[in-house]
Amino acid sequence: MTLALASTAGFTSTTRRRLWIERVTGLGFALPAFALLLLTILLPLAVLLWLSLTNYEFGGVDMDWVGLANFQKALADPIIRRSLVNTLLYVAIVVPGGVLGALLIAVLVHRRKRTRSFYEVVYFLPVTSTLIAMATVWQFLLHPSLGPVNGLLKWLGIGPIAFLSEPSTALATLAVIGIWQLIGFNMILFLAGLTAIPRDLYEAADIDGCSSGIDRFLTITWPLLGPTTMFVLVTTMITAFKIFDTVAVMTRGGPVGSTEVLLYNIYLEGFQYFHTGYAAALTFIFLAFILVFSAVQTFALDKKVHY
Amino acid sequence: MAKVALSSIAKSFGPTKVLGGVDLDIADGEFLTLVGPSGCGKSTLIRIIAGLEHQNAGSVAIGGSSVDHLRPHERRVAMVFQSYALYPHMSVGANIALPLTMSRLKLWQRLPLLRQLSAQRRSVMRGIEADVEAVAAQLQLDHLLARKPAQLSGGQRQRVALGRAMVRNPDVFLMDEPLSNLDAKLRVHMRTELAELHKRLGATFIYVTHDQVEAMTMSDRVAMMDSGAVLQLGTPSQLYEKPASLKVAQFIGSPTINLLPAATAAGGRLELFGRPLALAVPLAQGEAVALGIRSEALSLVQGEPGGNGRAWFSARLRRKENLGSEYILHFDLAGRDAAGVTMRATPAAAAGVNEAAEVTLGFDETAAHIFAADGERIEPRGQGAATGSVVPLRA
Ligand SMILES: Nc1ncnc2c1ncn2[C@@H]1O[C@H](COP(=O)(O)OP(=O)(O)OP(=O)(O)O)[C@@H](O)[C@H]1O
Ligand SMILES: [Mg+2]
Repeated sequence: MTLALASTAGFTSTTRRRLWIERVTGLGFALPAFALLLLTILLPLAVLLWLSLTNYEFGGVDMDWVGLANFQKALADPIIRRSLVNTLLYVAIVVPGGVLGALLIAVLVHRRKRTRSFYEVVYFLPVTSTLIAMATVWQFLLHPSLGPVNGLLKWLGIGPIAFLSEPSTALATLAVIGIWQLIGFNMILFLAGLTAIPRDLYEAADIDGCSSGIDRFLTITWPLLGPTTMFVLVTTMITAFKIFDTVAVMTRGGPVGSTEVLLYNIYLEGFQYFHTGYAAALTFIFLAFILVFSAVQTFALDKKVHY
Repeated sequence: MAKVALSSIAKSFGPTKVLGGVDLDIADGEFLTLVGPSGCGKSTLIRIIAGLEHQNAGSVAIGGSSVDHLRPHERRVAMVFQSYALYPHMSVGANIALPLTMSRLKLWQRLPLLRQLSAQRRSVMRGIEADVEAVAAQLQLDHLLARKPAQLSGGQRQRVALGRAMVRNPDVFLMDEPLSNLDAKLRVHMRTELAELHKRLGATFIYVTHDQVEAMTMSDRVAMMDSGAVLQLGTPSQLYEKPASLKVAQFIGSPTINLLPAATAAGGRLELFGRPLALAVPLAQGEAVALGIRSEALSLVQGEPGGNGRAWFSARLRRKENLGSEYILHFDLAGRDAAGVTMRATPAAAAGVNEAAEVTLGFDETAAHIFAADGERIEPRGQGAATGSVVPLRA
């Protein structure tokens, strides 16, 4: 009896000690990752937030606390509003185009056996090329008088279109270039998703009467690609929101502001006009947009996706 | 209901020849099992019948007419896959209903959004639901209809796959190792259920397995395959009692048939370990043959061995295997480089044999199967009783 009691007491004290050691070890393991998170993400974010509440100008020696004035100014600024609308328009073209186009190509390429890797490489090339270099090629291709695209249009009897210098077409043209650049990467993701669908499901569906391509797609492919589609959708949207390089090298926001987008305005405010505080506030708005859109998509679609 | 006729089905995957001219006639309502070692082409053959694979030569006829030009769903066959191939994103009910929604609704009535416009869709769906419930009740799945396949046990998944096959009332059920993912006990249970299902539905069943016990217990007839050819087609007892070749004899039956090295003496008379037997085969003198003897045909010999058409040899006990109702005794053949032999024994008989003890094993010579060097069965010309036991059984 006494022996049993003594051992129980010893047991609880060693248990407590072990728990304590476990907790300390756990914290020790989590610390490096947390420190990294703090240094690379949380701290810069805090600095950004702090800057956005001041009127700091890059290179200046003093600054004043201005509260939410930067945010108020941004929301009232017609240029910012226009760039916001342009960004949303761009996203609205690039996301469906980049996702559905990639899905279509992936489904077509997936069926090829021998030529599959050839198509994979061809469609992936735009992802590996530097957009700045490719932009000059696009500029040439789309040139109103020298470019082959307009040559073709002329041959078809359609007058030359100044794709990049016409306010009505400039943003859409940039969106097409954006889709061109994204589609290969998304296609690879969809191909991976397609490869993961067991072949015998298609065979079972074939026996059950899903004989047409559209039936197979709706019964098997589309539902089972759900997780992939969601990932592709969210990453494409974030990438589209970050449109900057084509604007910077091809249109500089023009013609007449028709391609001014959020990130380009942030760049102008922060690095051309040195309104660092204001740029910080814009960045915050930009991040908030991405966060809200991603969250809405994730929560809205998550229930419909089968994992 | 339909009979299935395969005529000289050949199939190669590139340079590898998988099936070399398979002929099979399967009667209406028959339970035929394709059995054979791994890689012998069973799955390929059943997939050709289903239309999932196309033969290079030969023809498949179901119900008397060729189906070679038909898509799988037009052949009125249903298939149960080894992996079950349930649609993971659909509920059990939707899984079972899918063949019906595909056949009873037109394409536009299945499309999202557009389908809301259909007036009859409601009533068709109600009919489908009723049919699904009827099938689910037969398989005791009624309480699981709302679950996803991932939330089911292996046996339940198996039954959903069966339900999906049954709901269309197919003429022919094709099953590719449907039980191999189940644990041993459930497999025995499902064996009975499948056999009863076959009796109840009266449809033609073509069943693939590499498990000879499944083949023996469920089938009307068994087709034993090897290297893309049917070695023997017959009832389970025909295959067991009169295997046409060494390969069939070795594959069917557990424990595996014992093979003893025998040779022919003058006049084709057989000799086992130098002792003459009463059996003779139509072979020249000095030919080596294999003498097959099932483990239940062996017995322990007390006293003077031999005589009266009984062969004998001595052996040393290596191991006893207790199966509860009986023992499997493993013997080494004393002083010979032949493989050991196994013998079934009652617990009482097994108790009388000690480890490493040398005993005499005897068997009735009429129970012996003789195989030539090329593996073909040879009917021995025995004395008296020797020919009596090999009367062929007819299905
Ligand atoms: N798509 C394919 N391409 C090339 N070879 C194949 C293909 N499918 C099957 N084979 C080959 O055909 C042979 C027979 O395959 P099959 O699947 O019919 O065997 P099985 O009898 O069902 O075997 P198991 O009992 O292991 O399932 C094997 O040697 C296999 O490697
Ligand atoms: Mg197989």
